Parts: sequence; C-alpha cells; structure tokens
Amino acid sequence: MRWLMTFRIALRALARNKLRAFLTMLGIIIGVGAVIAMVAIGEGAKATIRAQISALGTNVLIVLPGSNVQGGVRAGTGNVTTLVDSDARAMTRELRSVAYASPVMRRQDQLIAGNLNWGSLVQGVAPEFEQIRDWQIDAGRFLHDGDMDSAAKVAVIGQTVARQLFGADDPIDQVIRIRNIPFRVVGVLVGKGQTGQGQDQDDTVMIPYTTMQKRLMRITYVQSIVVRAVSAEKVAEAQEQITLLLRQRHRIAEGREDDFTVRNLSDIAEAAQSTAQVMAILLGSVAGISLLVGGIGIMNIMLVSVTERTREIGIRMAVGARSRDIMLQFLVEAVVMAATGGIIGILLGIGSSQLLKTWAQWPTLVSPSVVAVAFLFSGAVGVFFGFYPAKKAAGLDPIDALRYE
Amino acid sequence: MSEVIRVQDLQKIYRMGDVEVPALRGINLTIERGEFVAVMGSSGSGKSTFMNIIGCLDRPTAGSYWLEGEEVATLSADAWAHIRNKRIGFVFQGFNLLSRTTALENVELPMMYNGYASKERHRRAVEVLDLVGLGQRQDHTPNRLSGGQQQRVAIARALVNQPSLILADEPTGNLDSVTSNEIMGLFQHLNRDQGITVILVTHEPDIAEYAKRQIVFRDGEVIADKANEQVLAVRAEA
Repeated sequence: MRWLMTFRIALRALARNKLRAFLTMLGIIIGVGAVIAMVAIGEGAKATIRAQISALGTNVLIVLPGSNVQGGVRAGTGNVTTLVDSDARAMTRELRSVAYASPVMRRQDQLIAGNLNWGSLVQGVAPEFEQIRDWQIDAGRFLHDGDMDSAAKVAVIGQTVARQLFGADDPIDQVIRIRNIPFRVVGVLVGKGQTGQGQDQDDTVMIPYTTMQKRLMRITYVQSIVVRAVSAEKVAEAQEQITLLLRQRHRIAEGREDDFTVRNLSDIAEAAQSTAQVMAILLGSVAGISLLVGGIGIMNIMLVSVTERTREIGIRMAVGARSRDIMLQFLVEAVVMAATGGIIGILLGIGSSQLLKTWAQWPTLVSPSVVAVAFLFSGAVGVFFGFYPAKKAAGLDPIDALRYE
Repeated sequence: MSEVIRVQDLQKIYRMGDVEVPALRGINLTIERGEFVAVMGSSGSGKSTFMNIIGCLDRPTAGSYWLEGEEVATLSADAWAHIRNKRIGFVFQGFNLLSRTTALENVELPMMYNGYASKERHRRAVEVLDLVGLGQRQDHTPNRLSGGQQQRVAIARALVNQPSLILADEPTGNLDSVTSNEIMGLFQHLNRDQGITVILVTHEPDIAEYAKRQIVFRDGEVIADKANEQVLAVRAEA
C-alpha cells in the first residue's frame, strides 16, 4: 500500500516536469539503445561467420603434401609429390571417422565455348566432392565413378561460368574447351554465392581428377585431399587416424617427420569466431560506457531536483512523510526514469537493428538475454545513481527545508 | 476540559561554534482543548523555536512536552512524522503548497502518508475544501489562486486528518488586511464551530486580537499570558 502510494507520488512528481524527465531519460534511452543495437550487430556478425564456416564444413579436413625432409631441406606444403589418389580411397575405406575423401587439384585456366571465353578455376575432383562440400545439382548430374575410371572429358560447371559462357542457353551437352581439350558439360551446380573473403564460389568448373592428372597436368600425384569427418565431434579423431594411416602408407619410420599436413577448418573457425567475439565485446563496452554516462546524467538531475524541491520535501515532512518515504520517493523517481528510459531504449535498439537489417543489409541479431540484461542494468543504474540524491533528500531537516527559498 | 499541550521547563539552546545561544529559557505552559491562542513576540523572542518544538519539528535541549498527555519530546523521528501527520495541522506564512499540483491533490497530500484508499482521500479532501469555502476551485493549481485562496487550501490540508490542534505560523503575513480578516474569521469559525484548538504565532498585535488567549514571548521567556477580554469579531463573515 505504502509502496504503491510512493510509486504514485513519484510518478506525479515526474509528470509535473515532463520535459526534464524526458531529457534525463534520454541518456539512458541512448545508452540502452546503443547497447542493444551494438550487441545485435556484434552477434549478427558472429552468426554470419558461424554460418559461413559451417557452409565451408566444420567437419572438413584438408590433407596437403609437404614437410618432406630431404637432406635437411624442408620443402613447403604443396610442392611435393607424396600424396596419391589411393591415399584418399584408403581413408574412406579404412577409417571409420572419415565419411568421404576426394583428391582435389586446382588450376586457373581459360575456358572457351563457341566465341566466348572466360578465365575460371578448374578443379579436378572425385564424385565424393559433391558431399564433402555440400554442392547441389541444379541441372544434369555430378561426376560419377565411371568418369574417374575412364578419365572422361566431362565437366560440371558453376552458375557464374554457365552465365558467362552460355548466357540464357542451356549449358547441358554443350562443349567447353580447356587448353584445347573439349569437355562436354554434364551438369550445372546450384549457386552458393560468395565466401567470407569475397570469393565467388560459383566461378568454377569441376572435372574428374583423373582427367586433370592425365590430360591437363600430366602428373600422377594429387595436390591435396579433402576429407569429411562423419561429424564435427569426430574431426580430431579423423585427423589423428589420417595421420597414422598416411604415415603407415608412406612408410615413415618412427621419429621421422610427416611428409604431409592435415589441416582442420574448425581451427580457422575458432579464430574467426574469437575475432567476432572481440568485436562484439568492444561494441558492447563502448555502448555500456554511454549507459554509464546516462546514469551520471540521472544523478546530476536528481541532485539538482533535490535542491530545487527542498521546500517540497519540507512540506511533505511537515505533513507526515518519514525520512524513508522521502528517500523512497526520490529513489523510485530515479528508478522509474531509468527503467522507462531502459524500455524506450530497448525498443529503439531493436528498431534500429531491424532498420540496419532492412536498409543496410547488416546481419543483426537481437538476443533476448541482452535485452533482459540491459533492462535490469538500467534499473540498477537508477538505484545506484538515485541513491545518493535520495539519501540527501531524506536527510534534510524539515525546519530548514521549509524555510528554504 | 482536557489538556492538549503541556510543557514544563522547556529549554532550547543553540550552539554557534563555542557560543551557546539560549532561545528558550524554561517555558511552562498548558493549553486546553478548544482554546484559540495567539503566541506573540518580536523576532528573536523564541516564539518560532517554541512553535517548532510544539510542532514536533525540533527537539528541546531540556524539559518535557506532553501532547494530549503523552511525552513526545523524546520520541523517534518516525514517531514524530506520524504525530505531525495525524495530530497536528500546519499552516504557514508562505502557504507552502506544492506548485503544479491541484488544490485537491494538495489537500490529499497528508492522507498519502497514512494509507487511505483513494476514494476516501478524495471524499475527505472535497469535504474540507467545502468547509473552507473552496469547493468550486478544487482543480485549480496554486498559481491560479489568490493568496487568500491558497491559504484556505493550506488550512484545508491542515484539517484533513482531523488533528488535535492547528499550528498557524504567521498565517496572514503575506496577505492584505481584508484577506487577513477573512482568514482569521475562518480560524475563529473552525475553533468555535468545529472545536479545533488553534495556536497562532504572530508578531502583529491586531491579528492577535482575534484570539481568545494571548501569550507574549521575549528573550526566550513568557512575559505575559492573559485572556483576551475583547475578541475581535470578523467584520464580514468569510
């Protein structure tokens, strides 16, 4: 009852000075709004990075040849010829943690179709590559085992290549020439868009790795093997088993260095995630500081208000308000301002992050926990910064307060 | 008649650094229910200090104060707040109304601090505003009321919790003589017809003429305490 009354008294006092109350709240509104919006931007960036990485495949491993020691000279990765396609087949066959493995050869080449030409990334891959990288077929088919065995001159092309070389025409069964060798287009991939680094993933042509080896590169080894572990949890296990298997297959003696490197994408994912995390913390703390400034604004106005309303305090005491009633009144005023500012700030923050999403296409993400924390924090700011002015008001001597001009 | 106020050997000494300034030097007084007392004296006579102690706003340095038979000088600050709320109504020289607050809400103010339901508060506030002749202006804020009207609102506020006594500190100090006459008439009316004990502090002898008893302070002592033989009648009923 008494609480309710104090609440009502505080509300009336605020209503008597609406403009001032609003301006005081503005600090909190901006502070909370900034916190919500900034954290939403940070979280959105994190979510985007997470999505991009999982699109890359967090359970994907890459095996590169390298670290081969020959008379004390260590060659860099990729420059050695230790990996062969049977390594890839052995992984799939013998390791339970490996779902798929595919050799991957890559080179930049000029594509010619009719009177058009286009420079693109030519990848020599196995049929498993479709599952490893989550490619989908838009038209036609992907490469199959028969293509591998016969080193068939067939190609599956990405959306960008299809657009550049064939425009609106159907590319299926058309011919693309790579280094003067004709390839028949058997399939078109569904578009994937850009990577996080801005590379166009659809600007590619995939041909059987055997064809790549024999006809384009004239080599017998493979440049790399990509592996998909059965699950993200099995990545470390797969990494270990691949290392063991390859050491055994390559007959590497105990104590000698590996002649290959197994790379794990989740390491990269973690690094990217932690960068995003740092950014989110940075944005959040800058916004938090503005909330603190808002709190100081409340304290400032409350102190002015106590001095200005000394007479009112005296009157209230004379008609029967106890010190704690006065204290509570000013505290409630501060908290009401802070909490109302908090609510408006939350709406503003959600609104502006929606606006950023719609107009600037920023991937923002408003998390409910941040909203709750921001609201509680703004209330706490009210209590914290309202306490001293309220204490000062409650400590006034009614005689002096009544006489105050 | 029962006692409303009894003070015995009441003393108040202010300390200004090392110097002790006595404001009250042993006051002995009894005020009965239904009295209309004017406390007079020049500034510095100790009458304001006396009022503050009677009004439970200030503590005596020594001596005793019984309000309706209860020793109150030694009670806690919260107990005093309760006494000011329920048993004493204050009327001040400067009216001391809350600005930007309607007459009705000003009158409701004391009831905010003792848990009346909103409807009951409203009913009683309207009732006392009618009693002081301001029933028509309950929604006006103080800046839209004349000085006399503001003082009526203040009197209504003092009355609203049905106190044992009304303490009026220079209630006509800011008013012209016609309005002063009306306000004093209102006090007389409340005292005569409602039986409310009124203690009036003033330095103006002609205002004191409206009271039934006159107590004169000088240098912290009571130098005169007499019944007013010829109470001034109000010239025109307020």
